[in-house]
Amino acid sequence: MMRRVAVTGIGVISALGRSRAGFWEALKGGRCGIGPMTLVPAGSVRFENGAEVPDYRAADYFDEKEAAMLDRFAQFALIAAREAVADSGIVFDGALGEVSAVVTGSCLGGKSTEDEGFRGLYEWKNTRFPPLTIPKAMANAGASRISLEYGITGPVYTISTACSSANHAIGQAFWMVRSGMVEAAIAGGSEAPFSLGLLKAWEAMRVVSPDTCRPFSRDRRGMILGEGAAMLVLEHWERARARGAQVYGEIAGFGMSSDAFHLTQPSAAGAARAMRAALRDACIDGRAIGYVNAHGTGTPANDPAEVEAIRAVCGDRVLVSSTKSMHGHALGAAGAIEAAATLLALKEGVLPPTANFTEADPACDLDVVPNAARTVAVEWALSNSFAFGGLNAVLVFRRCQQREPR
Amino acid sequence: MSDELTCPASGIAGRVARVIAKTQHIPVESITIDSTFEQLKIDSLDGINLLFAIEGEFDIDIPDEAARQIRSVREMVEGIEKLLAAKT
Repeated sequence: MMRRVAVTGIGVISALGRSRAGFWEALKGGRCGIGPMTLVPAGSVRFENGAEVPDYRAADYFDEKEAAMLDRFAQFALIAAREAVADSGIVFDGALGEVSAVVTGSCLGGKSTEDEGFRGLYEWKNTRFPPLTIPKAMANAGASRISLEYGITGPVYTISTACSSANHAIGQAFWMVRSGMVEAAIAGGSEAPFSLGLLKAWEAMRVVSPDTCRPFSRDRRGMILGEGAAMLVLEHWERARARGAQVYGEIAGFGMSSDAFHLTQPSAAGAARAMRAALRDACIDGRAIGYVNAHGTGTPANDPAEVEAIRAVCGDRVLVSSTKSMHGHALGAAGAIEAAATLLALKEGVLPPTANFTEADPACDLDVVPNAARTVAVEWALSNSFAFGGLNAVLVFRRCQQREPR
Repeated sequence: MSDELTCPASGIAGRVARVIAKTQHIPVESITIDSTFEQLKIDSLDGINLLFAIEGEFDIDIPDEAARQIRSVREMVEGIEKLLAAKT
C-alpha cells in the first residue's frame, strides 16, 4: 500500500505579507498586493507595478553577516521554511534528519546578486568580483541553507523549470515521502526577480501588464511579476498522526508533461495531459475536482488555453481562481505560494477569488470566483503550473479527512 | 510586387523588410508590403525579437499594446511612420 502524505506546516512570505496568517487574511479578503515597484528606479522599465514583499528588511530575520551571505531569494526560502517548520512542530533530530529531504524550486536563483556583480565589472570597470557571488547565486542556495539550518542530511536539491519549478519540487518531495524513500520533507520554492537587468529582460518579452493582473478578464493585459517564497512540511500520514500533528490537508497526486509544441506559446493539450497525469496518480476522476488554483497568469495567451484544458479535464462546473491576481507571478515560487493558498482554502472551506476582475471573457468561460472569496467546502483541488519551455506540473490536494484513513 | 520593398534606399518599408529578413533568416525578396506575419512564419517569440530589432533600427519605442495589433508588414510600416512623426 502506498503511504499517504500529509502537509503539517506552511510558511509563506509574499506580497500579501510576511506570514502565513497575513497571506490567508489577504486572500480571503480579495486584497491585491500589487503596487508600484520600489526595488528598481521608477521609469527604468516600461511597466510600473510589481508584487513586492512589503516592508522587508533582512535585518529583521538575519544578523548582518548571515544576510550578506544570502541573496534575497535564499533569504525568502529560509524565512518560509522557518515558519513552516515551527508551524508543523516537527523536530529534525539526528535520526529524522538523515531520512528527510529538502526540495526547492527557483527559476532565477540569485541572478540579482550576479546582476550587481556584472554591473561592477562592466559599468564601473572593477577588475575583481565579489567573492560570495557563486555561493549566493547558485539556485540551490536556499535548499542548502535550509539543510544546514535543520541538519537535514538526506536528499537535498533544487529544480529549475521556470514557472513550474515549485510544483516540480513539491511533486518530487511528495513522491519521495509517499514511496518511503524519506520520512519527511521541506518543499516549496522561492524567487526574487526585482533587479534591473532581469526586469529589462521581462520587459522585452512584452508579457507584463502596464497596470495590474486581471486573470480571465476580457481586458487582461498581462502578468505582474512577484517575489517571495512558500515552504511546506510534508510527512507521511501515520507519522503525522502518531505525533498528533495538525494536518492542513493531503497531497494526493502529481503529474507532469511537456508540450513539445512551442517555447513560449501555451498548449491546452499539454496542460490537460499534466492534469490527467496528476489525477491518475491520485486515482481520482477529473469530475471529482471542486477547485482549481489556476496558473492564471493574466496574459492574453495563457488564460483561454488553460480554461480549455480545465474544461476538458474537470468539466464546466469546477470553480477556478487565480491568486496571482493578488500575490503576482512569483515564477519559481509561484507553485509553492499557490499550494499554500490551495491547502488553506481546503482547510478553511473558503475559496480565494480572482481579484481585479472586470468583465467576463467568452474565451474563459468558467466560474472564476470573481473578486470575492466564496465559502465552499471542497474535498479535492488541483493547482496548475505551466512554464515557458512548455513544461507543465500539476498537484492534487485533498482536504484533511477527519476519519482515520483506510 | 513591390518596388517599394526591394528598393534599397532609406524608405521605411525597405528598411523594415531588411530587418525582417535578418531576424527571420529569410531572403528579403520573399517579403512584400502585403505579407502577413503568419505568411512569414513570425510567431509570438519571433515577434518580440523583430520588435526589438525594429526599435533599434528606427530608434523608437514601440508600446506593448500597439505592438500587439501589428500583424503584417504594412501595419508595421504604418506604425513606425506614426511613431517617427510623433518624435519630430
